[in-house]
Amino acid sequence: MDYANYLYLAVILFTIGGATVLLRRNAIIVFMGIELMLNAANLAFVTFSRIHGDLTGQVVAFFVMTVAAAEVVVGLAIIVSIYRSRRSVSVDDINLLKN
Amino acid sequence: MINASWLLIAIPLVSSAILLLAGKRSNSWGHWLGVLASTASFVVGVGALFELLGKDASERVVDVHLFDWINAGSLHVGAGLRIDPLSLTFVMLVTFVGTLIHVYSVAYMEHDTDRRRFFAYLNLFVASMLILVLANSYLLLFVGWEGVGLASYLLIGFWNHNPNYATAAKKAFVMNRVADVGMIVALGSIFATFGSLEFAQVLPNAEGLAAGNQGMMNLIGIMLLVAACGKSAQFPLQAWLGDAMAGPTPVSALIHAATMVTAGVYLIVRSGAIFTQAPNALLVVAIIGAITLLFGAIVGCAKDDIKKTLAASTMSQIGYMMLAAGLGPIGYAFAIFHLLTHGFFKAGMFLGAGSVMHGMSDDVNMRNFGALSKFMKVTWITFGLGWLAILGVPPFSGFWSKDKIIESAFATNHGEGWQPWVFGLVALIGAGITAFYMSRLFFMTFHGKARWSSEESSELVHRHPHESPALMTWPMIILAVGSAFLGLVLSLGDRFVTWLEPVTGHVDEHEPVIAVPVLMTVTLVLVVLGVFLAWRQYGAATVPTTPPQGSVLTRAARADLYQDSVNEAVFMRPGQYATRTLVFGDKKLVDGAFTGLAALIGTIGIGLKKLHNGYIRTYAAMMLAGLIIVLIVAYVIWN
Repeated sequence: MDYANYLYLAVILFTIGGATVLLRRNAIIVFMGIELMLNAANLAFVTFSRIHGDLTGQVVAFFVMTVAAAEVVVGLAIIVSIYRSRRSVSVDDINLLKN
Repeated sequence: MINASWLLIAIPLVSSAILLLAGKRSNSWGHWLGVLASTASFVVGVGALFELLGKDASERVVDVHLFDWINAGSLHVGAGLRIDPLSLTFVMLVTFVGTLIHVYSVAYMEHDTDRRRFFAYLNLFVASMLILVLANSYLLLFVGWEGVGLASYLLIGFWNHNPNYATAAKKAFVMNRVADVGMIVALGSIFATFGSLEFAQVLPNAEGLAAGNQGMMNLIGIMLLVAACGKSAQFPLQAWLGDAMAGPTPVSALIHAATMVTAGVYLIVRSGAIFTQAPNALLVVAIIGAITLLFGAIVGCAKDDIKKTLAASTMSQIGYMMLAAGLGPIGYAFAIFHLLTHGFFKAGMFLGAGSVMHGMSDDVNMRNFGALSKFMKVTWITFGLGWLAILGVPPFSGFWSKDKIIESAFATNHGEGWQPWVFGLVALIGAGITAFYMSRLFFMTFHGKARWSSEESSELVHRHPHESPALMTWPMIILAVGSAFLGLVLSLGDRFVTWLEPVTGHVDEHEPVIAVPVLMTVTLVLVVLGVFLAWRQYGAATVPTTPPQGSVLTRAARADLYQDSVNEAVFMRPGQYATRTLVFGDKKLVDGAFTGLAALIGTIGIGLKKLHNGYIRTYAAMMLAGLIIVLIVAYVIWN
């Protein structure tokens, strides 16, 4: 099995995630894009770990998952509170810091 | 009394402060306090004079130390007074004539609501003038110098509700500041050369230091002359004096005839030891004096304003004093002698002019006068004595002082070279012109046909001439007596010249290039000729009430020989253009650069602001783009 294919997959997943963040307006979907990018990064870590025969990459992947879990908690809490006050989860409506 | 001579200054200064601080409460008695202060100063002066007269001639220079004034690094200046024949001569002139003019002003300013303020300024002037002449250092002299400048400004502009008068005051002030630059440079140069500013350290050392410092001596001399030119209205800083006649007439008499304007002569004579070591500077002094002498005399011939004629005459007479001072040690004593006699007869004539104005509804145009001798007998006689004195008719005061100056002028430079002839002839011709314009003034005012009328129906100006009250006539009478006899009394046995010797040094007289009796005769003939011409034109003939167009010279003299136009074209306009250009440059270049920079940054900021549109995806895209750029750069650098 060529390890490069995993890396290609990671690139594709990261691009999909990035495009989701850049193009979608629903905060939940944007959030999912971010998760997708994180997991693409995780995949790349694991793959490189495998290529180099070094476990450090896999350890980092666990760290990323932990951080992602915490980030989801914080991020969802923010989205919920914004939804409560503004009745909307569109990221375009959250522009009070404009200019 | 010499040890108490600080009272001379303190009394009028305190009186002035009281009058200014007490305000309207002192309106009813303020003028008498002013008179009292001036009189008290005079009494102290007389005391000091007698004490000095009691001393031996060699001990007649007394320095009275008052307090340590400035102690900074190597500069030590003590405030002290120098009591010597020269300073006491001035003290007597200032306090005596000053007191008479104070008395005169009580009546002259009677109807002025601000009479108290007037006396406060007069007292301030007396105090400043006494500081000037009594100072024992150049620095303290400078304090008095500025003090009289301030008093002069305040008094010229006393009726400052008239914008022209206020402008005249400003003109005098500004021109004197120009001269002050010379004074300050002179002070600096004196300190650099002598290491001190006190007369006691500077003057005796001038001879010893002169050899290696010839250039410095000449610089000091010229700069002192610049200062003197401003204060004494000498060419080329003379333009302010005519306008200074805007002040009340007693001010013109005291400040702009008898005392302040002669401060320049005092400065030169006081610094005689320096000037003796600076022959070039001394020659310039004489030349300036000669130019001003003729300048003032020519202007005086064409003026119709009685006060401005007298002002031109003052300028011309101070030109005589400057000329005498510029002749070196042989002239110093005569310069001061003429200053003293001039102080009496010119102050007397100014007071006479004030008396005429008083009787003629404040008119100053001599073309509206005439035949006043019948209506103002006292004024006529006192003015006449002053007139004879300034003409130099023996035995009146002016004869003794002016003839000596003419003689000395003909003896300049030991009677060799071109100087005695040029200076002598200028002084001689000046005497003739003086006789003409003063007689013109005298005849136009007091003689000829009346060019006014007390009848309502007449076409002529309507006037009711009357003699002034006793408070005004008595000072005039006393000054007239001085004009008549002072010169004679002080000349007997060369009394005055001997008295001044501790200051001016003893000089053997040189023979003039023309024998003295011939010189005297020629002078008298010229004077008589001047009087005769004036009589024919202004005494016997009818004087037109509107001035005839006159020749080119007359028109030039009427316009003060275009002094204002020259000043305007040479100094004022270029100055204005320079400031305007600088303001323009400042606004466009300096301010432009800064505001432009600020505007540029602002514009960039407004442009950048548009990037912050509030859409998270834009920020994310920018982060992504930034990341990609960083990666590309890193890639390029690593390879």
